[in-house]
Amino acid sequence: MNYVLLAEQFFNGFQLGIILFLVAAGLTLIFGIMDLVNLAHGTLYMFGAFFASTFVALTDSMVLGMIIAIPAMLAAGILLEVTILRTLYERNHLDQVLATFGMILFFNELFLIAWGPEGTGINLPPYLTGMVTLPGGIAVPEYRMVIIASGLLIALFLYLLVSKTRIGMLIRAGASNREMVGALGINIKLLFTLVFGLGAVLAGFAGLIITPITQAESGMGESVLILAFVVIVIGGIGSIKGAFIAAMLTGIIDTMGRSFIDVALLQIMDTVAAETAGPAISSMMIYILMAVILAIKPSGLFPPKGA
Amino acid sequence: MYPGYIFSHILGASAPVGLKAGKIVISANAGHAIYAGKKCHKNFFNAAWENSQTPMAMGELLNRRGVKSLYVLSLNYAAGKQMVTGVERTFKGDIIGKDLVPLNHKDWSAELAKVKAAKPDGVFVFYPGSWGPAFFTQYGQAGLDKTIPLYNVFSIDGANLPIFQKRKMKHLLGTFNTNFWAPDLDNAVNKRFVKDFAKHYKGQIPAHYAAQAYDSLMLIDAGVRAAGGDAKNTDAVRKGMEKADFDSVRGRIKFGRNHFPIQNFYSRQIINKGGKWQLSLRETVLEDHAPVMSGECKL
Repeated sequence: MNYVLLAEQFFNGFQLGIILFLVAAGLTLIFGIMDLVNLAHGTLYMFGAFFASTFVALTDSMVLGMIIAIPAMLAAGILLEVTILRTLYERNHLDQVLATFGMILFFNELFLIAWGPEGTGINLPPYLTGMVTLPGGIAVPEYRMVIIASGLLIALFLYLLVSKTRIGMLIRAGASNREMVGALGINIKLLFTLVFGLGAVLAGFAGLIITPITQAESGMGESVLILAFVVIVIGGIGSIKGAFIAAMLTGIIDTMGRSFIDVALLQIMDTVAAETAGPAISSMMIYILMAVILAIKPSGLFPPKGA
Repeated sequence: MYPGYIFSHILGASAPVGLKAGKIVISANAGHAIYAGKKCHKNFFNAAWENSQTPMAMGELLNRRGVKSLYVLSLNYAAGKQMVTGVERTFKGDIIGKDLVPLNHKDWSAELAKVKAAKPDGVFVFYPGSWGPAFFTQYGQAGLDKTIPLYNVFSIDGANLPIFQKRKMKHLLGTFNTNFWAPDLDNAVNKRFVKDFAKHYKGQIPAHYAAQAYDSLMLIDAGVRAAGGDAKNTDAVRKGMEKADFDSVRGRIKFGRNHFPIQNFYSRQIINKGGKWQLSLRETVLEDHAPVMSGECKL
């Protein structure tokens, strides 16, 4: 067993988990509190990537461009909520799925027209292109460490926001019993707009922080959206803590599966069978995890109280 | 007539519809192996190549360049698998690792960590279209560009080379790929084609996609001419296309029984010529090469 490789893959899985957490945190809040199935959450991730790429190109500074993209994401989220999503709260889930799916198609095509199929990207500044060498010869690209660190900071911020502030209390209350929060005289309309704006910022941040690695292109949101749904189902819908733990589990299991399944299969079957089964099984791993967790805990690992 | 097709799995799913309706189907890119062998059809023409031919040329180039151990990275779909089969067929060294990633995959952190640990002499990749910019960026970020040479098929071409240059991915300069064509392939038709293309598209150097499309159109033209302008006369058009009596950007074009070209494959290197990145012809790797499964075609 190669322990350096194992440790490096652990970091890679952790970094994937961070991205999934950022997307899933918003998704779980929007689904859990507003009872809105927002398939267009991946679109917000794409917004973040393209906003940041554009601002980085304009300002010629990665950090500055990314910082400007954050209030732009908040504005975009609030604008979408006020103009489109607000009309969907009273409708059933199927209508919501249909409408937000339409948004995916619309924005993917719009971005395709504006940026072309090749999309756009962000070049890393020279001071972030190196490797971080940890004890034992474990080397991780600096920028992936930046992603992990910034994701952990945001997780801490969310924890403090949700558990220590008044707005967080309302968010928790909304996840447990939406009608009661409204009946107690809380401006639920404003709360929903804020929650959606927060979700948009989190998804947008995930999109912008990953762009220097994966590039920005039309349709990039959908693959992460499916994983984010897996994460919130595992974690328990409406729970930030659940989203964090489930995202880390999903990220690490997915990466470990891609890294070691084929080697493991070679021990029990011949080369051709292992090569065919390897990619198939490794892409199924997280869904198997989801099925197992749902069988044991049908409402996820950390369902909000009273839900 | 149904001309076009980029993706092999789409060709595989949709070509039977056109063929059953008695129409001529022309692939200008997708080179699904099955149409070169078992499922070859009198009305099916391919004006490009069979999928495994270009990576077979790459395998041979790797042998010539003394590469002894190779890590193979590709995509998990029809063409992605056939690319891998191709390089495995001709490469004489050891393939010490292989990963086929799903089509929605854009982050190679796990695969690149495995490559780094395996320490091969070279990495073979098939990441066409939008996978290329993402993959090659990460290859540089992981620091592998300084230690392990990259060899690719269909991942760096005339269409995305300007993007790589714009994003200053200097580690791609000097890398090799193989192809049936190059913009500086020396024949009169090709010279005129490249010059006129650049004139029309603001100085852009054509990619092999454009070259294939040009030959596809000339192929249709040859067929319709042979039928005396009667494009509906499928039998006469097909006979004309089989003769392929036209000037190709490949110099000459000759079809086998399976209606796939029998042609040369070349190595090409990315160079910076006068401030513009381009693909430059190096050597002929495979000569008059026909798809290996041509014998399975019972036409």
